[in-house]
Amino acid sequence: MSTRLQSSGRLLNKNNPVSFTFNGKKLRGYEGDTLASALLANDQLLVGRSFKYHRPRGVVASGAEEPNGLVNLGRDGHFEPNQRVTTQELFDGLEATSQNHFPTLEFDVGAINTHLSRFLPAGFYYKMFIYPRPFWKHVYEPFIRKSAGLGKAPKDRDADTYEHFHAYVDVLIVGGGIAGLTAALAAGRAGAQVLLIEQTAHWGGRAMVDQPEIDGMSAEAWVAQTLAELNGMANVQTRTRMMGSGVYDHGFAMAYERLGDHGPHDGPRHRLWKIRAKQIVTATGAIERPLSFAANDLPGVLLASAVRDYALNYGVSVGDRTVVVTNNDDAYRTAIALKEAGLEVPAIIDARTEATGQLPEAARALGIRVETGKGVATVKGGKRVTGVAICAQAGEGSVLEEIGCDCVAMSGGWSPVVHLWSHCGGKLKWDDEQAMFRPDPKRPPMNQNGIGFVSTAGVANGFLSTEGALTDAFAAGETAAKLAGAKGKADKAPMGADAAEQPISPVWLMPQGASYKLRSKAWLDFQNDVKVSDVQLAAQEGFESVEHAKRYTTLGMATDQGKLSNINGLAILSKSLDSEIPNVGTTTFRPPYTPISMSSIAGVAQNELFQPLRKTPVSDWSNDNGADNEPVGAWRRAFAYVRSGESVHDAVNREVKNTRENLGLLDASTLGKLIVKGPDAGKFLDMMYTNMMSNLKVGKCRYGLMCTENGFLMDDGVVARIDEDTWLCHTTTGGAERIHGWMEDWLQCEWWDWKVYVANVTEQFAQIAVVGPNARKVLEKLGGMDVSKEALPFMEWRDGKIGEFDARAYRISFSGELSYEIAVPASQGRAFWDALTEAGEEFGVMPYGTECLHILRAEKGFIMIGDETDGTVIPQDLNLQWALSKKKDDYLGKRAHERSHMADPNRWKLVGLETLDGSVLPDGAYAIAEGTNENGQRNTQGRVTSTYYSANLGRGIAMGLVHNGPNRMGEVISFTNIGGEPIRTKIVDPVVYDKDGEKQNV
Amino acid sequence: MLILRCPYCGVDVDETDLHGGGEAHLKRFGPGSTDDEFHDYLFMRENPKGVHFERWQHSYGCGKWFLAARCTATLEVFGTYPAQTTEPPKEVVEAIKAKRPNWEVL
Repeated sequence: MSTRLQSSGRLLNKNNPVSFTFNGKKLRGYEGDTLASALLANDQLLVGRSFKYHRPRGVVASGAEEPNGLVNLGRDGHFEPNQRVTTQELFDGLEATSQNHFPTLEFDVGAINTHLSRFLPAGFYYKMFIYPRPFWKHVYEPFIRKSAGLGKAPKDRDADTYEHFHAYVDVLIVGGGIAGLTAALAAGRAGAQVLLIEQTAHWGGRAMVDQPEIDGMSAEAWVAQTLAELNGMANVQTRTRMMGSGVYDHGFAMAYERLGDHGPHDGPRHRLWKIRAKQIVTATGAIERPLSFAANDLPGVLLASAVRDYALNYGVSVGDRTVVVTNNDDAYRTAIALKEAGLEVPAIIDARTEATGQLPEAARALGIRVETGKGVATVKGGKRVTGVAICAQAGEGSVLEEIGCDCVAMSGGWSPVVHLWSHCGGKLKWDDEQAMFRPDPKRPPMNQNGIGFVSTAGVANGFLSTEGALTDAFAAGETAAKLAGAKGKADKAPMGADAAEQPISPVWLMPQGASYKLRSKAWLDFQNDVKVSDVQLAAQEGFESVEHAKRYTTLGMATDQGKLSNINGLAILSKSLDSEIPNVGTTTFRPPYTPISMSSIAGVAQNELFQPLRKTPVSDWSNDNGADNEPVGAWRRAFAYVRSGESVHDAVNREVKNTRENLGLLDASTLGKLIVKGPDAGKFLDMMYTNMMSNLKVGKCRYGLMCTENGFLMDDGVVARIDEDTWLCHTTTGGAERIHGWMEDWLQCEWWDWKVYVANVTEQFAQIAVVGPNARKVLEKLGGMDVSKEALPFMEWRDGKIGEFDARAYRISFSGELSYEIAVPASQGRAFWDALTEAGEEFGVMPYGTECLHILRAEKGFIMIGDETDGTVIPQDLNLQWALSKKKDDYLGKRAHERSHMADPNRWKLVGLETLDGSVLPDGAYAIAEGTNENGQRNTQGRVTSTYYSANLGRGIAMGLVHNGPNRMGEVISFTNIGGEPIRTKIVDPVVYDKDGEKQNV
Repeated sequence: MLILRCPYCGVDVDETDLHGGGEAHLKRFGPGSTDDEFHDYLFMRENPKGVHFERWQHSYGCGKWFLAARCTATLEVFGTYPAQTTEPPKEVVEAIKAKRPNWEVL
């Protein structure tokens, strides 16, 4: 059983015991424990069930690479699934529950899958669930969804806060082991601005466990001294609990700082750092590889380094009797550490034919039995290890002997953590001697100057010895500082010394000729349940690319992203393909290094800070007066002004009738207003608009259309000529910034010699539409400029005073009523609105919203950009040929309209639509045509673009695009109606109200 | 996240402050052009793996469009220059050739 040792545990504060719960059971640990070490100290070896076969699983690792130890953490607003027990620091009151089991962790009915594993091989989803077709949606998928997945999604809103930091440094160093510290020392002494980050709470990395000698002192003493020196430098910042999560183009890096995961906290829980570094040094160490032998997934089989970490860092023995299985010298350190802690090591099983290095000899000297040329045929046990069956590594798995044990410490060698190096394109090379991929310093990720901006240091760079790592890391820090522009001297590199090691002998399968039975129990990916046999099957079935094999088998696709499994998996793949490992290559490393919280990505961008809202001078009044808002770009516009006792629909109908009968006010301030000015402004607008703007007379207005170079409608609006070289262009509400940018693009990049200046004055003016039969009366009551028919005719504008306000009055109408749009300086907008509201009382004034605006324009057959247009509609489709100038040689879209499919007579064209029963057509409904297409779907001959209930007409009104529509007036066609009978609809003129325009010409 | 120097402001700008505008140095074809010419102008782009001329706007800065010569494979930037030109300036061409001797102006 696993238990707490009395004598060791360098990270523990045994004076501060803490209590926590696991699956509701109250357990105790110490400050300094991780959740993993505390669970092991309480003999909680079983921590979860595997993804596919629901096999019992225990902790395998001691760090970020842990695949099995995933738990739900916390509750309510602090609940989070899939948290790794190995990186979760223990604190008093921590609550964890295990995942992926039913009904309980100890007894899981899904475990039957392990006996069905012959029927659940790689790609079984694709093979088993194809036929019959409808079963996928209704039977297979719901079942798979239910049995798949790991943790539960949180139900409550996240109660914590999060934030982003931006940092600019010369040298970012990721990893606070001895290599990272050394690199920081060199870069710091050279005078560079350095940020050194470490993902755990502790400095020194693995050296603190293995305690090599550095500069004549213990690693512990050297780390303390180095840290003190670094913290004494004003140009060096050090931070723990901060993971380098990703490296991106041109020296951009992301780091994830966990401020509140180790206990109660004030302030943000996580902080996402966006770092711009001139140089990045990744001193990210290495991850030990598991060995692929049968039943290597049983609880109690751990990485050799993890067994050592638990013993020395946390004072936890995973078992009383540990068998070490290895192909390298490093694992002997585990055997020696355990023996020295007073635990039993019945045997070291070394796959190599001989082991005569310093460490093996030291192990033998302690009386440990060392078996060379041997391997594990299978691990014995059910929910935990009870023993190992030993065989010859060179053979097929005939059992020579069984050794009783309750822990197996395995080591297949070490893989440098090259993730950050690779994120932005750093290439790897295969090191045959050390059996690992390591960074190829000749092919780094490049910065904007064509110089590599990432280097790796120490173990991460393939230098596994202390001496090699320190020398390499010092050089990396020195070089990075120099490349970043630092001029100082780095001084001398620290010297390290540790036991000389003999070479590793790569072992990708144990024993090398393992039978199918053994291979189908030899796990590669613990979290996604991928075995040696699955990868071999994928290769056999033709998934030869490592990326294809990955997706077919799901190898490396779990939340650990294959930190333990990828190298072993691709070695198996390369063997199956009879190819070399470097030829097969690795899958792509993508950020983040380990999962980061979604909330940290959001940062403070939630609620009112999610997106800044734009307000008009009238917005506050609207919100105080029943506005039911709708988003229009970043604006919130009143859809309708709802009075007490009314529904929104009632309010719309009231506004529609009142505006036609009395007086309506619309806050039109959001309309885009662009001033286009200069000697060439007229020529420029003639290019921008399809119709002629240069010949517009001063004082007059003209409705204009804008097309893209593709010929598709992009915006419309009224243009007014202000003086000889000044025009004011109204755009749609959503189009102001876009059209401004569009004009700038053409002026800067195509016609840069034209003398034109464009200014977006949208927010400088409040604009209020005064609409209805009483519009003139209310303006005359306020007094000031002459707004009579004679003084201010339709489609003209005047500057002057209205009441006490400086106003520009445009006599334009989007409703078909007598209408003035009056612009006043934004600062006077609210006062002007109030004056109109007060003066209009005797004329029946009511504000109206965007829905009323839509209905009024639809009654008049006026198009709306975004309703009648969708990026595929040309002016000709909307019968707007009159607005396409024939006099102009060129305008944007003109050439496109000559293309064959633009001139095609079969394009759908705008018509009005009148249902025979007066009902309102569904928005977007299709007009049904005869027959079916090649996919068996009904043919269509048109679609609805705008549809409303018109209170003025007492029935539904609509517009739509219909094949040959304008030539089919009076014809009755049918429109789709989901869940009901098709709707019989007559094709009519789009203008259904005041066809002769008598109401606006008064 | 790229860094490009705005040739107007002279500052190194993060990509988040920029707006990309596709391939640079396109020749506009309007009325009077053939269908093929117009089609190519609208749709056909080089999309090279290697040296590429691009349009960028310093949208959260001065608002100006500028052009950049950049390697799409290594992300190396050879130079940025104002948009008011129909071809890359001599010094940019030289900077490219210094790093990519086999590269030829199309």
